[in-house]
Amino acid sequence: MARIEAEVGKSKGGFMKWIDDRFPFTETMRYHVTEYYASKNFNFWYVFGVLAFVVLFIQLFTGIFLTMNYKPSAAEAFSSVEYIMRDVEWGWLIRYMHSTGSSFFFIVVYLHMFRAMLYGSYKKPRELIWIIGMLIFIVLMAEAFAGYLLPWGQMSYWGAQVIISLFGSIPWVGDALVEIIRGDYSISDITLNRFFALHVIALPLALIGLIFVHIVALHEVGSNNPDGIEIKNNKGADGVPLDGVAFHPYHTSKDLVAIIIFLIIFCSVVFFAPDMGGYFLEHANFEPANLTATPEHIAPVWYFTPFYAILRAVPDKLWGFILFGLSVVIPLFLPWLDRSRVKSIRYRGWIYKSALSMFVVTFLVLGWLGTMPADPLYVLAARVFSVIYFAFFILMPYYTTIDKTKPVPDRVVYHG
Amino acid sequence: MVKFKNIASLVIVSACFLTTQGLASVAGAELESADIDLSNINSLQRGAANFMNYCSGCHSAKYVRYNTIGKDLGLSEEMLIDNLMFNAERTFETIQASMPSDDAAQWYGTAPPDLSLMARAKGADYIFNFLKGFYVEAESPTGVDNIVLPGTSMPHVLWELQGYQSAHIENHENDDGSVTTTFEGFEQMTPGMMDSGDYDKFVRDTVNFLAYIAEPIRGFRVVLGKWVIMYLFFFLIIAMMLKKQIWKDVK
Repeated sequence: MARIEAEVGKSKGGFMKWIDDRFPFTETMRYHVTEYYASKNFNFWYVFGVLAFVVLFIQLFTGIFLTMNYKPSAAEAFSSVEYIMRDVEWGWLIRYMHSTGSSFFFIVVYLHMFRAMLYGSYKKPRELIWIIGMLIFIVLMAEAFAGYLLPWGQMSYWGAQVIISLFGSIPWVGDALVEIIRGDYSISDITLNRFFALHVIALPLALIGLIFVHIVALHEVGSNNPDGIEIKNNKGADGVPLDGVAFHPYHTSKDLVAIIIFLIIFCSVVFFAPDMGGYFLEHANFEPANLTATPEHIAPVWYFTPFYAILRAVPDKLWGFILFGLSVVIPLFLPWLDRSRVKSIRYRGWIYKSALSMFVVTFLVLGWLGTMPADPLYVLAARVFSVIYFAFFILMPYYTTIDKTKPVPDRVVYHG
Repeated sequence: MVKFKNIASLVIVSACFLTTQGLASVAGAELESADIDLSNINSLQRGAANFMNYCSGCHSAKYVRYNTIGKDLGLSEEMLIDNLMFNAERTFETIQASMPSDDAAQWYGTAPPDLSLMARAKGADYIFNFLKGFYVEAESPTGVDNIVLPGTSMPHVLWELQGYQSAHIENHENDDGSVTTTFEGFEQMTPGMMDSGDYDKFVRDTVNFLAYIAEPIRGFRVVLGKWVIMYLFFFLIIAMMLKKQIWKDVK
């Protein structure tokens, strides 16, 4: 009997048995792929996790080839990027895929996070998945910020100048901290070198490690679904959740369709509009970094602008920096801010629905305001929307408690 | 129907009014469209000649190789050597300025910028209006200023072609004491070798070439992109059929 149990999850013979006796290959594949059951009623919003994987792969793959031709030195960085664009075989494609990939990484991750807010995926028992996800998001921001300095264009240089100088507003240690980050008294060749090291080694390693833990945690508790029902509560005689279908081949075949649709959009940008009108590749970054000429209008890349708008909305530099940091970190507390009895928006009342809609509008407006010059009217608007942004989180324990919820069915809603 | 027509003409009239209002502000708030066509090889060839004759004396295009231009614009090696390569020996060389940039920095106060990426950094419309925007200004060291880039240290290199023009710039004092500067238009002072239509065409060809060298791969990129998208749509159909087949038992 004991011998038979030892054979569970192992191949019966041949090469795979040889492997399985030494490494839990078949068992791992079953646990994470062929016998990982997720709800059959996944909708549009459930493709962005897989798509984030696709973008990660694109970034790692193209990044390796860029590294083969890029020179991380202030004297040569800009020229080496142009060398990649013009003289390296297919270098233009690799570079456009990487630059477009960074923007799409954020599009996909923002939508992935929004999905969690729609269906309460951060609620018990998935709090840890959400926290790890937030850490991934913060590391991703650092990764994108470090990468943006590397082309050594005007906006690379001055954007980094503005953001790094923010750390100088921290009392007592600010100036020392800024020096540690830059490794110099101004942004220089030394800064570029260490940002290169962070961008190609340190942060990707952290990212991959966190993503691994994110997936392990997810597969431990199982995926949420648009109804916010635990499918493990309704298992068949064979122990398989009645509303679940195996990740492979069911969800993989569905994801393949999503991946191709994603690639159609991604390739349309890469081949037809790699600049995206100055949003993905900023015009000023086609001029090499010039330490003596500040660009007229310094704006971070679009994916940072919602938080940048909050930073600029605050008149005091230190408080601006604190609220900027807080605006990035505050979603981490969602599992405890949200007191609703139900997970999915399908069974929530009008209050949460309105609050979430308001939040989406606020996030988009802040993003737009962050790209605009700091005119008094825009700053005023940014203040109003910053208040709404924080109110969404701070008032959440209150409005999710009083919000009327609908009864949640026992089984997921599926129309075939 | 009549009513609709009236409203339509009202919209058009107000649109015209708004455009003239826009043009009246100083320093390039409203740029005239360069209207370039990157698929027009003849225009690009003329632009290449213009660039080599009038720009490359002072400006480099240090990321651009002559043989790339030859390949993309249908010019043979002999044509490149005879017509475009004034200070280069071999066709794989990049376009260097004839004037040493250290000297240029001393003579003009600033070294003339490299033009490889100027069209991507500033936009084709900007360069088009810049090259048309020189006007006589007695107090400037070069004798001219530019409506698009006031205080530029670049002299009016194309004066022989365009002639000299003066700018009507008026200062209105507002009620609150501030001054609004408005640009009312140019007036031709001395004629050049070209009339304004020919000069526009000359500048357009040159800007077209600058837009081309800013991203020589652009033409191929767009052609390849269409094939990639077509392939993906084909693959999408197969993937959708596969998904349908696999999911047919899920109730």
